[in-house]
Amino acid sequence: MAEEIRAEMVANVWKVVVSAGDRVEDGDTLVILESMKMEIPVVSEASGKVLEVAVNEGDVVQEGDLIATVE
Amino acid sequence: MFETVLVANRAEIAVRVIRTCQRLGLKAVAVYSEADAGARHVRAADDAVLLGPAPAQQSYLDVDRVLEAAKVSGAQAVHPGYGFLAENADFARRVTEAGLTWIGPPADAIETMGDKVAARNAMAAVGVPVAPGSTEPVTDVGDAVRAAAGIGYPLMVKAAAGGGGIGMSAVDGEAELRAAFETARTRAERFFGSPAILLERYLTPARHVEVQVLGLADGRVVALGERDCSVQRRHQKVAEETPSPGVSPQLRERMLAAAVQAAYAVGYRGAGTVECLVPTTGDPTPPEQFYFLEMNTRLQVEHPVTELVTGIDLVEQQLRVAAGKPPTFDPDHPPAVRGHAVELRVYAEDPKRFLPGPGRITAWREPSGDGIRVDSGYAAGDLVTPYYDPLMAKLCAWGPDRDAALDRLRTAVAGFVVEGPKCNLPFFVELLGNEEFVSGRYDTGLVSRMRS
Repeated sequence: MAEEIRAEMVANVWKVVVSAGDRVEDGDTLVILESMKMEIPVVSEASGKVLEVAVNEGDVVQEGDLIATVE
Repeated sequence: MFETVLVANRAEIAVRVIRTCQRLGLKAVAVYSEADAGARHVRAADDAVLLGPAPAQQSYLDVDRVLEAAKVSGAQAVHPGYGFLAENADFARRVTEAGLTWIGPPADAIETMGDKVAARNAMAAVGVPVAPGSTEPVTDVGDAVRAAAGIGYPLMVKAAAGGGGIGMSAVDGEAELRAAFETARTRAERFFGSPAILLERYLTPARHVEVQVLGLADGRVVALGERDCSVQRRHQKVAEETPSPGVSPQLRERMLAAAVQAAYAVGYRGAGTVECLVPTTGDPTPPEQFYFLEMNTRLQVEHPVTELVTGIDLVEQQLRVAAGKPPTFDPDHPPAVRGHAVELRVYAEDPKRFLPGPGRITAWREPSGDGIRVDSGYAAGDLVTPYYDPLMAKLCAWGPDRDAALDRLRTAVAGFVVEGPKCNLPFFVELLGNEEFVSGRYDTGLVSRMRS
């Protein structure tokens, strides 16, 4: 089943760590967000294959926006 | 004296500096980024100049644009606030070279104190106590491991050019040091432009106590009491108070004298803060030892508590020193500390995990009352963006004693309405009801104990 990982807050996308097709484990960092001078790693909530990374470095994400999908 | 001041900052500190300028009949010019068009500090100023896009590198940190703003607005002096360019020695030099008055310490003092390794060495040389630590900057993990063996664990890994708790971590042994070193170096490079690392013995448990100093135009230095800043999350302060409930009169006297010596050693002028660690033992005997941590060569976020107990306006003193004038008080008899004051930092972050939560402010009501002071950078309708730090306002209370100040704060916290962004006000309800905090016998581990 595909797991959708969403942004918890308004933030800038500082670093995209994984690409579509990569294998990740539960807890691996997918993307690092930056908000209010703090780095916030967004981690996978499942082990599997990254289907999609929905953001690019420099994007601004809103709370609830899709970050990535992991299968 | 200069007549127009460019306030090279944003939010609450810009509003606060503008307020004193205007009270003294000076014209205050604000600067702003595209994200801050119409912000509270812009509304408060007599004039405002757009710097550039939202990211700080292209606006508040862009030296050329800030200098240009000073030029086009006809400002004769620049007040940097805190953060952004406040501790940038090159900026201080450029301001002076442009024929403007720099409302801050000499660039050389900023430079020495901005390099934490150089600062520690300079302090040790004049007899100010420093914790065991590296006497040279470390950039290589192998060198770090070798240096650590001489200093002893636990250790604090810090950016030598850093501040604000960013990139700091505590390590218990060699394996942890190896793991933390690379992250610290990357962050140091990214946030402070230098990968140099300082290793320092991590003294725990301890209180974080700092001394307010003021270097006068005639070269003298006065100390204006201390502030206890031990309520911290992620090595960043959330509440401060003065006097410190953990410092005896004897220790206070020695700390103030050392802070004055530290300021003299670098030819300090204007407002500055000497930060120290005071190790605690947990028993009722008051601590006797303190160690120099760093000097912040600017106005401090938590300066209002000092103003509340001394009755002086520190921004006014900064302006007077920069203009070559004496302070508003007799330097031979600095104002005595009267009563007790506490500050709470109202952040746009959730009260449980302290994660940022920017957003549009839909409701905002500031409390008022006897002894209550609110320094605020926002109001209803304003947008809190993810581009800058999460401080929305500072809520301070003064009382004739600590209990009275805490009581006033409890009422004020309950009356402070912030809706829209996430807000840490509920954390302060917890803090003001926390036995350890209320007893006054707390240390920098307090907040993590509250969350464990």
